[in-house]
Amino acid sequence: MTALLEVSNLARTYDVRRGRWPFAKPATLHAVDGVSFALPAGRTLGLVGESGCGKTTTAKLVLGLVPLSAGEVRVGGETLPAANSPGWRALRRRMQMVYQDPLGALDRRLSVGRQVMEPLEIHGLGSAAERHEKALAMLDAVGLAQHHFDRFPHELSGGQRQRIVLARALILDPQLLVCDEPISALDVSIQAQVVNLLLALQQRLGLAYLFISHDLRMVRQVSHEVAVMYLGRIVEQGDPDRLFAAPAHPYTQALVSAIPTHTRSRKRRIVLPGEPPNPVDRPAGCAFHPRCPHAVERCRIETPALRTLADGRRAACHLAEQIA
Amino acid sequence: MLRYLAGRLLRAILTIFLVITFAFFVLHLSGDPAMMILSADAPPESIKAFRAAWGLDRPLWVQYLSYIVHALQGDLGNSMRDGRPALQLVLERVPATLAITVPAFLLKLVIGIPAGIYAALHRNSLADRLTMMVSVAGFTVPSFVLALVLVLVFSVQLGWLPSAGSDKPASAILPIVTLGVAGAAILARFTRSAMLEVLGQPYIRAASAKGLQWRTVVVHHALPNAAIPTTTIVGFMVGTLIAGAVVVESVFAWPGIGRLLVSSVSNRDLAVVQVILLLVAATMVTSNIIVDFVYGWLDPRLRRGGPRGR
Amino acid sequence: MGVKGGARRFFEAWPPLTLLALAWIAAMVIVAFGADLLAPYPFTALDLRARLLPPVFMGGKWAHALGSDELGRDVLSRLIMSIRLSLLIAFFGTIIAAAFGTAMGFVAAHFRGRTEALILMLIDFQASMPFLIIALAVLAFFGNNLALFVMLMGLNSWERYARIARGLTLSANEQGYAAAVRQLGASNMRVYGLHVLPNIASTLIVSMTITFPETILLESGLSFLGLGVQPPLTSLGNMVGYGREYLTRAPWIMLSPAAVIVLSTLSISIVGDWLRDRLDPTLR
Repeated sequence: MTALLEVSNLARTYDVRRGRWPFAKPATLHAVDGVSFALPAGRTLGLVGESGCGKTTTAKLVLGLVPLSAGEVRVGGETLPAANSPGWRALRRRMQMVYQDPLGALDRRLSVGRQVMEPLEIHGLGSAAERHEKALAMLDAVGLAQHHFDRFPHELSGGQRQRIVLARALILDPQLLVCDEPISALDVSIQAQVVNLLLALQQRLGLAYLFISHDLRMVRQVSHEVAVMYLGRIVEQGDPDRLFAAPAHPYTQALVSAIPTHTRSRKRRIVLPGEPPNPVDRPAGCAFHPRCPHAVERCRIETPALRTLADGRRAACHLAEQIA
Repeated sequence: MLRYLAGRLLRAILTIFLVITFAFFVLHLSGDPAMMILSADAPPESIKAFRAAWGLDRPLWVQYLSYIVHALQGDLGNSMRDGRPALQLVLERVPATLAITVPAFLLKLVIGIPAGIYAALHRNSLADRLTMMVSVAGFTVPSFVLALVLVLVFSVQLGWLPSAGSDKPASAILPIVTLGVAGAAILARFTRSAMLEVLGQPYIRAASAKGLQWRTVVVHHALPNAAIPTTTIVGFMVGTLIAGAVVVESVFAWPGIGRLLVSSVSNRDLAVVQVILLLVAATMVTSNIIVDFVYGWLDPRLRRGGPRGR
Repeated sequence: MGVKGGARRFFEAWPPLTLLALAWIAAMVIVAFGADLLAPYPFTALDLRARLLPPVFMGGKWAHALGSDELGRDVLSRLIMSIRLSLLIAFFGTIIAAAFGTAMGFVAAHFRGRTEALILMLIDFQASMPFLIIALAVLAFFGNNLALFVMLMGLNSWERYARIARGLTLSANEQGYAAAVRQLGASNMRVYGLHVLPNIASTLIVSMTITFPETILLESGLSFLGLGVQPPLTSLGNMVGYGREYLTRAPWIMLSPAAVIVLSTLSISIVGDWLRDRLDPTLR
């Protein structure tokens, strides 16, 4: 069965200049370098990593907001059309995005009800009355009251705004929702509410989520599968519980050990030396090797491929079996 | 820091080059200079002769190249009116213009900046409101109106000062006052808002909360920070030292560059207009570079070198 | 309470100075529209027997309420016609500058890359030269006709609008509502027309209240020098220009247009400040 979303060998490079003109030297920034995964309908893939690892760029590539440098994106078996083409625009009805900053994503001059209706206007669906009805129904589905229709974005709380963004994204009945840090900007108490809403909607509507976050606990809670990214590549991928309980890749191990717990853990926190490197200055071989406590000579020369381990997980590390 | 300045220098040269090209192409798009100078019903032979004498019959790109080549050598064409080199004609007038713009500039600084600072420090007081009302006049009253009113009061009614010409030193007073007062008003308003912006910042409150005397806070914290945006305006005013007196010079019949520009425009003496344009561009660009340099020195964020601000 | 409290609240929302300014502007607009009806005489009508008559408050007659000039032409009538012409020029100049500048700003923010670099260079060029000089150069090269002159006024300050439009559009595009709506499938027309433009409109309008007086001053300065509006047309600037020769004998020829210039630019600035405070208090 074809998965809803299949990406293979996605890559996105930028040509940058270092130094100031006219003393600039060209260099290449590999924002995303060979990312592949498949997302079945109704399931959630969580994408985690530090800032700058390429998660948001991957999201944009999947949606076609940023042109591909290499690789392929297939939605429902078909390749993604070029950005802003009519085919691409039609595809908006199947895949949508939810943003980190709900206030920025909303036009502050229009009422939220109008903004929820807008996707229907853009695609010419239904009469004015029908659109109004549908918008009210969506407000209800995300847990907001009817009177919120005429409110303006700045009159709502952060959590309510994010619900509006969700309502707007869902009004076209998409099958895939890309959520880029949807809860980072919200208060902790609200975060749980929004996450529960997302899970409920997935149950009811059979939505697939690409859930991007740096919050590992949240990701673990919502995802059916987790992929860890580092410097534009996936370094580990697999079942969330197994991945967090016994991470295979040294980077995942460090991330997991950093999750604050209320019990005193027997394992000590792994502190990675050095700074997250500049994506323009990628180390040769395994991108993680300068900071890896287990690095050997081979790691400096040969880039590890993402390979399947014994228990079904995939990790990109030469020493995965030994370290686990 | 050096790299940053080198970049700015390059940009400055590019701007000047752009101005030269702009001047040249606008000149040639606008019509036949020969017909304009000699008048439309001159006999065709004299038009032809004029053209040949000024090289106007050669292809456009040849004229452009030769213009550039000559310009680099310092030959910027001759005035079509009296045949003398345009550059010389223009440079002759520079001292007269500077004789009024430089004292006016000093007047602006000496009156404008302290007034603005005082107004900011005593916000909403009578002095502040008065300063603001007067300063509004700076950008709503056109310079020629101010000039004529001053003439009306001081020359015609009171007879204290001469109203035109440049023979007596006293005749410089009214032009300088006109220029200075208008500029002081603008500078006062600007300095005031820069100071107010700085005074509203949290670090000022922190400094006075630490127990520092208000005077120290103002002098050591507020003023240096307010100096940064003020430098831009002052720099712009320096840049207009040559060009800023066009109207005033006309009103007072002061024999400077402004007046030359106006008469050259009326007479369509294009070589002179081009030279003045270049001179103004060069002055503005130079003052911009000086401002950037002063910025780099004033703003410690830039002194470290590397990418600018941000 | 009652009347007094109501009056105070009224004046808080509408400060008296602003009201006066608005009244003046309204008067000017009425004069501009009704110039043909309001002027007591045709503005070119000569009357050599009634030369250099003083205005009513300086001992003259009501027949020439603001006096007459050296050719016996009625100053009041000329003033009315001048108001119309100067306001029209400033109005069209401002609209052209705003439209052109905003469009350039949109283009720069939308296409980025080399297009943006080129537009930024043009903006810098315009911002670095005093516009009066550029205007004089263009007038020298192209001579003078009214249409060209208005277009020239339209080039005054376009770079300010371009900068504003570009900055606000960039932030809307990056992570903001423009990106979100585009991602929903909206066409560019819809994004810019329905979303970006209304959001930046208030900032643009405030800029227009700054550009409008500047354009009046620019036009009157050029006309004063004899390089702007040419006779037989009359504008505020060239009335002052003609009045200059008679400064000693008949100062009223120059004083009434000068007063109108000052009051008009002052009023628009006051209204502009008030608008800015009202539309967005966070804008300083």
